[in-house]
Amino acid sequence: MILPDPVILFAGIVASATPVIIAVIGETISEKAGVINLSLDGTILLSAMTAFSVAYQTQSILIGIGAGTFVGGIIGAGIAALSLYCRVSQVAIGFVCALMAKDLAYFLGNAYARLNGPQIGDSPLPFLRHLPVVGPILFNHNILVYCSLLLIPLSTWFLFYTRMGLTLRAVGENPLACYARGIRPQFHQIVYSGIGGALVGLSGASFALCFKPGWGRPQGAEGTGWIVLALVIFGGWNPIRACMGAYLFAFLQVAAIYLQNRFDAIPAQIFQVAPFPLMISTLLVIQLVQQDNRKKNVASKGVFRKFLAILSGSAPASLGKSFL
Amino acid sequence: MKRGPCLQRSNQTHLNHLPATRVARAWIPIPSILVTLGVALLLATLVLLTVGTSPLSVYGHLLKGSIGSWQKIVQVLNVWIPLVLCATGLLYTFRINLWNIGIEGQVMIGAVFSTGVLRSEWFVGCPMSALFISMLAAMMGGGLWALFTGYLKTRGGVNEIFAGLGMNFLAQGLILWLIFGPWKRPGMASMSGTELFPPAVWLPTLLSYRLSILGLVLAIAAILVTTFLLRHTRIGLAINAIGRNPRASFLLGLRTDRYLLLTMMLAGCFAGLAGNIQVTGIYHRLIPAISCNYGYLALMVVMLSNYRILAATIIAFFFAGINVGSIQLPMALQLDSSFSGVLQGLMVLSAICFQGWRSKRRPSASRGGTP
Amino acid sequence: MQIELRKICKRFDSVNANQDISITFSAGCIYGILGENGAGKSTLMKILSGYTECSSGETLINNQPVRLSNPMQALRYGIGMLYQEPMDFPRLTVLDNYRLGNPLLGRQSKTVVGKQLTDSAVTLGFQLQPDQSLETLTIGERQQLEILRLLSLGVDALILDEPTTGISTQQKEMLFSALRKLAGDGKTILLVSHKIKDVEALCDHVAVLRRGSLAIQMDRPFSTATLLESMFGEPPKHCPPDRKPAVGVPVLTMDRASVSYGRSGLIQCSEIVREREIIGLAGLEGSGQEAFLRLAAGLLRAEEGSLRLRDQHMKNYRYHELQPHGVFFMPAARLEEGLISEISIADHMALIKFHETMILPWKAILSQTENSISAFDIKGRPSTTVNRLSGGNQQRLLLSFIPPNPSLLLLENPTRGLDMASSADMWSRLRTYCQQKTSIVFSSPDLEEILTYADRILVFFDGCVIRHLMADQTDINYLGSAIAGAP
Repeated sequence: MILPDPVILFAGIVASATPVIIAVIGETISEKAGVINLSLDGTILLSAMTAFSVAYQTQSILIGIGAGTFVGGIIGAGIAALSLYCRVSQVAIGFVCALMAKDLAYFLGNAYARLNGPQIGDSPLPFLRHLPVVGPILFNHNILVYCSLLLIPLSTWFLFYTRMGLTLRAVGENPLACYARGIRPQFHQIVYSGIGGALVGLSGASFALCFKPGWGRPQGAEGTGWIVLALVIFGGWNPIRACMGAYLFAFLQVAAIYLQNRFDAIPAQIFQVAPFPLMISTLLVIQLVQQDNRKKNVASKGVFRKFLAILSGSAPASLGKSFL
Repeated sequence: MKRGPCLQRSNQTHLNHLPATRVARAWIPIPSILVTLGVALLLATLVLLTVGTSPLSVYGHLLKGSIGSWQKIVQVLNVWIPLVLCATGLLYTFRINLWNIGIEGQVMIGAVFSTGVLRSEWFVGCPMSALFISMLAAMMGGGLWALFTGYLKTRGGVNEIFAGLGMNFLAQGLILWLIFGPWKRPGMASMSGTELFPPAVWLPTLLSYRLSILGLVLAIAAILVTTFLLRHTRIGLAINAIGRNPRASFLLGLRTDRYLLLTMMLAGCFAGLAGNIQVTGIYHRLIPAISCNYGYLALMVVMLSNYRILAATIIAFFFAGINVGSIQLPMALQLDSSFSGVLQGLMVLSAICFQGWRSKRRPSASRGGTP
Repeated sequence: MQIELRKICKRFDSVNANQDISITFSAGCIYGILGENGAGKSTLMKILSGYTECSSGETLINNQPVRLSNPMQALRYGIGMLYQEPMDFPRLTVLDNYRLGNPLLGRQSKTVVGKQLTDSAVTLGFQLQPDQSLETLTIGERQQLEILRLLSLGVDALILDEPTTGISTQQKEMLFSALRKLAGDGKTILLVSHKIKDVEALCDHVAVLRRGSLAIQMDRPFSTATLLESMFGEPPKHCPPDRKPAVGVPVLTMDRASVSYGRSGLIQCSEIVREREIIGLAGLEGSGQEAFLRLAAGLLRAEEGSLRLRDQHMKNYRYHELQPHGVFFMPAARLEEGLISEISIADHMALIKFHETMILPWKAILSQTENSISAFDIKGRPSTTVNRLSGGNQQRLLLSFIPPNPSLLLLENPTRGLDMASSADMWSRLRTYCQQKTSIVFSSPDLEEILTYADRILVFFDGCVIRHLMADQTDINYLGSAIAGAP
């Protein structure tokens, strides 16, 4: 077996993780504000279809991306609003949306299947691309990749270092206390669920216009939504960790292609499964650490416990519960 | 919040009005049905108009394609059987307030276990017992798969939705691995699945129609058993009680965790049976999409039925009809068959929103009202 | 700032939480709002802080009528409230909790705000580290932070709802001196409490609420007896229990058991409950009685110490393992923990009394239900769902669940919602159990009930048993001052 050139390998990972990363950040924002958007799988497909068809009609990539983002935002805000004002569980509504949006995408997109539409081309960054090693890995891609690279620190900064981010996290932790402080939790949840959904929509658009270009059945983006959900949990609701998970996942997929040459029996789809056991074990660890803390009620000691604590992270305290 | 350590449940999803065992008789909520259907059809028509087809012809084709001939009705029933099996299984979990989204994987594992039994050489001479054993194995496999999710919930505190989702993808991975690995066709492995079983181990069907009577009997039996269990036994009563108020049920002496595991197991068994029928009655082999999304569809059916068994069986037939009817759309009108999913989704969405909106309008204790 | 409440009324469904309350608070004074649990203190304060809206009545600030429909508006008028249940964010840091929802801090950097926080903490004698996580703080420190935060919002009137529950003595001293200082600066302080001792120590002026209405207002110096009387009503004629219990062997032995539950939990409690004994647990809500009962019922697990039932050596002292031994626990929160509101009386009977059968024998269940309904005088039919029963009937239904030969009855507020006649009837029923070997431990906010029916009384205060009293050797005044922590 020929080992691939590591630089090309890593460049491939950075590129293929991009849409997943955008969606992971979107979902993290929404879940941090206490809204669980289960509809990701459908949202990504619907916004991909919208982006592609609009871009095809208008021959403008920008309008296409805008349309996809808009659709995602509407779905995100809609889930939050319906759960708040119609007293429906976020899970139920998200789940139905996931299935319905997917079918809607295939139904409406039927006319655009297998057409050649506009695609986002590579735009290497002028000077940075010549940097040794880092240049080709990070700076020899299209604009969306740069976007995702920017989004990681930007979202972290927003969530953890700004006043708006503080409010966002507070709303996800304890909406009642926010109300007592004169913050309107409903408003913030709808807005941030909408913003999160918009990022998910952007991810869908980037699939259709760049990473899995075009529209067809099945679209290559199918199933990504569920993986994103798993990665958000694996990341312990922290954008940086979740994105590391996304890169790990992309690595596994790229590795799968090389491994397939060797074990031709194994289809690449099996590697799609990898995030889910990781997600389940993360949830187990979170519970373990919480029980441990409850029992001991003191700062944890010992290397193993510290290790667990690092892995654990914690879900926003009122995730998925509607404030009424 | 007062709670004991044994009573802590993370992330309870709140179901609105579950019916009580003996009090609420099955009434027909005509206004809800009208509103739900009306809103869903209106929105679906809008969707059709955006594509630029005549809605009437689409609905006509849906009708003709589902109940236009005996052939079609048989097709609908073939979808209805696994759908009803899943839906009855889900009734247990929904009533105890668990979101068993892992039902899809439980169907797949049922299919895997059946295929495993049918491929083995032990039952070559005796196809009937092979079929029977494969059914048992499917139920056991589905049940254990669900039980694991249940254990993750009761012991590990892992939300059943995420655990179930993860298990679904694990099951899908397992099927792919089996089809491309140990169980691959002689020659080239492909997405078309494993090799066909000999017709001796196909579920017997009515002569000219491809309807398996055994499957139909099993589905009806599942409905009857579930009705009986939920209405007339201690298990049903306990499930209802725990679903409404786990803390009070615990104090009334019910071992809530055991019942949670039991319902997961029951749901898994029924789902496994559905998987078995998909293998032995429909495809006669293991294919990657063996579950046909019936698990997810059954979740929608049960949500729309408001957790009532009779309504669920009727809605399952309705949904099966939409599914089968939409197969015609690509040929007749050059539309994608996924219109069925759009229509079904719109119905469930409008139903749960309408229910929620109505329950919100009812007077209830105002916020922060503890004097 | 002068605040005037005029004819405030608040109704919850059919309950009058506040009735026609008119009261004025002026600047620079510390007011105590005194009353037993459910007297309407918290409701009145939540109305003043904009958290809930009153049904009728008006609020005037500096003689201007104002409408306080949400907490933000109240804050704009300078009214801030420290809620009884902490309204903060345990996962965030001290500084973030301080900044959150404070528009005045504007775009100032974290270091500036942190400096401001520590400075203002020092002036009040508190010590808080801005970058500490709130989870590691004690309740007292979280209170201090909340007070600082409200002050940074520029409040002129500070409402504190039960601030002295669950905090240490030193923290209480710090809190009181800080409050005195603030009052000296011209702020209006409103201290809601059911502890007479605290109110007497701190306040210039006391208003007592009883059953939703204003019972009495008083300036310093206070007469403890008058306050107690207006809190709990006329001291009733105490009829001594007409029985001499022949107590037997220990049923429940609790050995230095500690558990955290609610605000105070239970600390190092050693008690023995003997056969045929009726023990009343007296104390203000959340002083440890609930933890005691739940620990004894096996619903909580002792963090320290041990429990033993008779001479059984159980591996786990757990609820379901105790039930076969005749331990019965009845919670006070009827619809939250006791009953399942959407299912019928017959369904409850089937769950409790028909363990063995898988298929429910509805005939037997219905006849058994009919029996219980007539025996316990429940106004309802077997098919009536529990949420359609009145509170008293729900309570009687709960009591009908007691197994035939109980060994230990643990009852949280057993006659809640019953009128005098039915509660007397209930108690005569309960006492017949004690003629066999049953022992009863019950808690009640009604001191009279405890004095009438208990043989022995344990007085709880801040998670500890502070007094052991024999019911026939004490009276309601003494008991009242004991539970309020009076020396």
